[in-house]
Amino acid sequence: MNSAGSFPAYGGHSAPPRAAEPATLRHAHLRQRLDCRFAAVDDVFDDCMDEAVRVLSPAGLEACLAHASWLGKLGRGVDPLLSFLEIWPTVAHHAGEAALAPLQVATQALQKSPNGPAIVALHQSLGAVARRLRSPELLGGYLTLVVELMQRTSISIHGRHATEPSPSLQTFLQQAPALVSQVPLKGLRQWVMEGVRLHGSHPQRQIDFFKLATPDSRAMLQRHRHGTLLVDVQRRLELTLRGLWDEPTPLVPYPVRPADEVDLATVTMPYRQADGLRLPEVLDDKPGATAVQRYRAMLAHLAAHRRWSRPQVADNLSPLQRLAVECFEDARIDHLVLRRFPGLAPVLLALHPLPDEDACDPVRESCLRHRVACLSRALLDAQHGYCEGTLREFAARFHELMQGGESSTAAMLRLALEWATRTRRQSDQLALVRFADTHVDWRDDNRHLWTFIEAGDEEDTAPDPTQTRAPEEGGLPPRHYPEWDAATRCHRPDWVSVYDTLQPAGQAADIEALLARHASEARHLKRLLDLLKPQDRTRLRYQEQGTELDLDVALRALTDWRAGAQPDPRIHMSTRTDGRDIAVLLLVDLSQSVNDAVPGTDETVLTLSRAAVALLASAISALGDELAIAGFHSNTRHEVRYLHIKGFAEAWDDAPKARLAGAAGAYSTRMGAALRHASQLLSGRQADKKLLLVLTDGQPADVDVADPEHLIADAAQAVREADRLGLYTHCISLDAKADAYVDRIFGARCTVVDRVAQLPRRLPEVFLALTK
Amino acid sequence: MATLDEWRVAAEPYYAPQADEVTLFEAAYAARLPVMVKGPTGCGKSRFVEYMAYRLGRPLITVACNEDMTAADLVGRFLLEPGGTRWQDGPLTVAARLGAICYLDEVVEARQDTTVVIHPLTDHRRTLPLDKKGELVRAHADFQLVISYNPGYQSLMKDLKTSTRQRFAALDFDYPAAELEAQIVATETGLPREQAAALVEVAAAARRLKGHGLDEGISTRLLVYAALLIRQGIAPRAAARMAMVRPITDDADIRETLDHTIEAVLA
Repeated sequence: MNSAGSFPAYGGHSAPPRAAEPATLRHAHLRQRLDCRFAAVDDVFDDCMDEAVRVLSPAGLEACLAHASWLGKLGRGVDPLLSFLEIWPTVAHHAGEAALAPLQVATQALQKSPNGPAIVALHQSLGAVARRLRSPELLGGYLTLVVELMQRTSISIHGRHATEPSPSLQTFLQQAPALVSQVPLKGLRQWVMEGVRLHGSHPQRQIDFFKLATPDSRAMLQRHRHGTLLVDVQRRLELTLRGLWDEPTPLVPYPVRPADEVDLATVTMPYRQADGLRLPEVLDDKPGATAVQRYRAMLAHLAAHRRWSRPQVADNLSPLQRLAVECFEDARIDHLVLRRFPGLAPVLLALHPLPDEDACDPVRESCLRHRVACLSRALLDAQHGYCEGTLREFAARFHELMQGGESSTAAMLRLALEWATRTRRQSDQLALVRFADTHVDWRDDNRHLWTFIEAGDEEDTAPDPTQTRAPEEGGLPPRHYPEWDAATRCHRPDWVSVYDTLQPAGQAADIEALLARHASEARHLKRLLDLLKPQDRTRLRYQEQGTELDLDVALRALTDWRAGAQPDPRIHMSTRTDGRDIAVLLLVDLSQSVNDAVPGTDETVLTLSRAAVALLASAISALGDELAIAGFHSNTRHEVRYLHIKGFAEAWDDAPKARLAGAAGAYSTRMGAALRHASQLLSGRQADKKLLLVLTDGQPADVDVADPEHLIADAAQAVREADRLGLYTHCISLDAKADAYVDRIFGARCTVVDRVAQLPRRLPEVFLALTK
Repeated sequence: MATLDEWRVAAEPYYAPQADEVTLFEAAYAARLPVMVKGPTGCGKSRFVEYMAYRLGRPLITVACNEDMTAADLVGRFLLEPGGTRWQDGPLTVAARLGAICYLDEVVEARQDTTVVIHPLTDHRRTLPLDKKGELVRAHADFQLVISYNPGYQSLMKDLKTSTRQRFAALDFDYPAAELEAQIVATETGLPREQAAALVEVAAAARRLKGHGLDEGISTRLLVYAALLIRQGIAPRAAARMAMVRPITDDADIRETLDHTIEAVLA
């Protein structure tokens, strides 16, 4: 029990004499049970208790009051108690009375830590959270998450007891209702833990993360959202658009707020813009229609508008009239779509609201949207079941128009204006508009339907949500790659920016001089190459021994023999496929460490690497395989540079040689991102075998990553992804201490060259051994 | 010597002309010009040649070309018999001797050293030398050579040499227009016209995806297969999936898109 005896400050066992007896309270006996002396409680006590008595069982009421009185004795003033009393009936109603026990545990944990002031914030957001998580287990899970967050982010100076409150707990609690409505609890936990791991030691960044102020935190949250994200199904939808409607328009997502909180007056509907169709970024399944079917209905509607609607002049029309015209025109478009694709009918009927004809009270509220929704249902559904005379008359006229063919926007306009005139009411002007069951969610906002001759003063319906990126000063925009986080076992989306650049050129003559210096290796290589001359697929005929019998020659031999002449014994033939169809991408680590001198020689790692690469390139060009060479280095995750030295289509002549001569070492090695970029490039080549060679002199590391294991795990994952793409990855490491990490990244596919001076000889040998 | 009867086209094959190809072919035959019929697979090329052979009253000898075909498979070879050897004419020689139309289907599949054996028959000489036999066959007056070829199947290794191409007059074929294709499917299989039109709509959607994940769209032949399945009592959606979607692609997104098209079009 947590009430008696724990806190000597206030609570005692006997109630001291009260100043004024609150005889005016209805629930005076409950007030006595509450056992606290705060005057502020009296003001709201009755209302809270009304609610509580209505919702809670007697045992629940008793437990509630016990907890409330304990809260009053915590030494934190009246606020925890008041906030608890205010929200508890709601929470118990939605999540059940059994949720009190985890709440007690959580509050105790908060009380014992320096995060006591967060108790009020916890209570305040609990109501909205409970409305979402409608079971004691889920709410318990949420509270456990809160406590865990608090424990992991509370600052502790000596590492044992928390001495400072958590900087981000209050922010998280404030955001909690919005977060819980967007992602399921499991996803929320993962997101919170990612935030703690990333920014555990940086309070300001923590606060930004939990406030969703950074794009990274929003992107990470987005990954966990329930429902179907547009980017996941984008390819299928674009294929549908192209196949069914012959439109190559791209699709662009716009942000959506969670469904329950949305105010239907401001919901954004899909719309068409010049550079693409705007669709909601995430959709949930609804009964009768999966999210993909809902997206496809939106696409069909937008594409059909482009095909069959014509813009009308809107200057003389009031908003009511425009609403009516849009309703009729949308219904006509839907009819034309269903005429062409009758299989979409069940989806559209399931999604269209079916408002009750008498649900709207014309005296109190504006029934305009409700009437329009009933009409729209009647136009779409033959079994609408409405009885109102005008509605049935206009539905019949609409169907008559559609029987005659495709009709037109202008005909719909006339029909709609007539309907609007006949059904107008004074109450349409009332401020209280009935929105329930009036939103048809696959229809667009019809901005294309209206043209204005005079400039009006209406504002745009919704701001364009696509962000404009600041223009780059020259150079290509970066490509974004995810990074693997071994702790959460999933990718951090769009984490690394990789910039493609052309390596600035040096002097090609340097490379020639380098090759001259390593002439002995060059000769050795040539001998190896001569043994490997490529041959195409050929039939070798006239063999004495072979795989098949060449029938023609055999018959000829037999005929000769029957005729008495000497037969030719070479009657077999065989086919050989000696062709080499190999594409190689050589990735060279150009980080700062290559400028180190190699012990025992007067060269640096960089010059030896250059010699090795030059020899290898001349070998490969002699063999006729496709070769690309690139270097990489990184300066934090925002700037990974991929330096092209030789492209696949280039021959090994002066230009690539000059670039190789100009290669210099700087910055750090973020290997995973470079591997992913190289994999993309290599997998685009058409070749039977694709080989990705990585030449590195140290382990993956970068300045903004404290834990070396992280980048090693990321590089290992990148190698696995390359495997899945069908690329063979092999590493040549110059680090004598490579064994500690290299087999985790590359497995058995690694060659460690201890004596770097041997590199020019070993590199081509490794290559030839791999491709024999 | 073989007789021609086994190669005569017995009954008139159904063929619905798309443009003026019938007139053009008749003119080419009148001049005994070799003709190349080009188009995607399954659009009616072989059916057209069969129809023209019937119309012109000539026997038709068809050879399906493949990678393993040697020149002897076309021209002829010696066979062993108990008493010695015997020369057997290949299909090309038979056609040249007896005055049939010789149709080499998918000629680009054969290796180029095999295809050049037809060169002497395609120019003004109209002779076929049989080196092994030591005979020079002069082509019959009614002989004509027709080849077919799918230009969409692009590969460096398999292409016609220019010296071969320039010996032929060519006719382009493509999938028929929507109404004509529906009529063809309906007549071939007895399916009602509306259902045939719905199948054609699905095929049109797939053809629009060519190059965006599909190598080639759905051919008329697959439409006929689907219609035949429907006539056998299979539900239209299942028949369409089996005959039109499953064979042409394994890409999950394309399959799902085409499945959705089938569901949307075939109610």
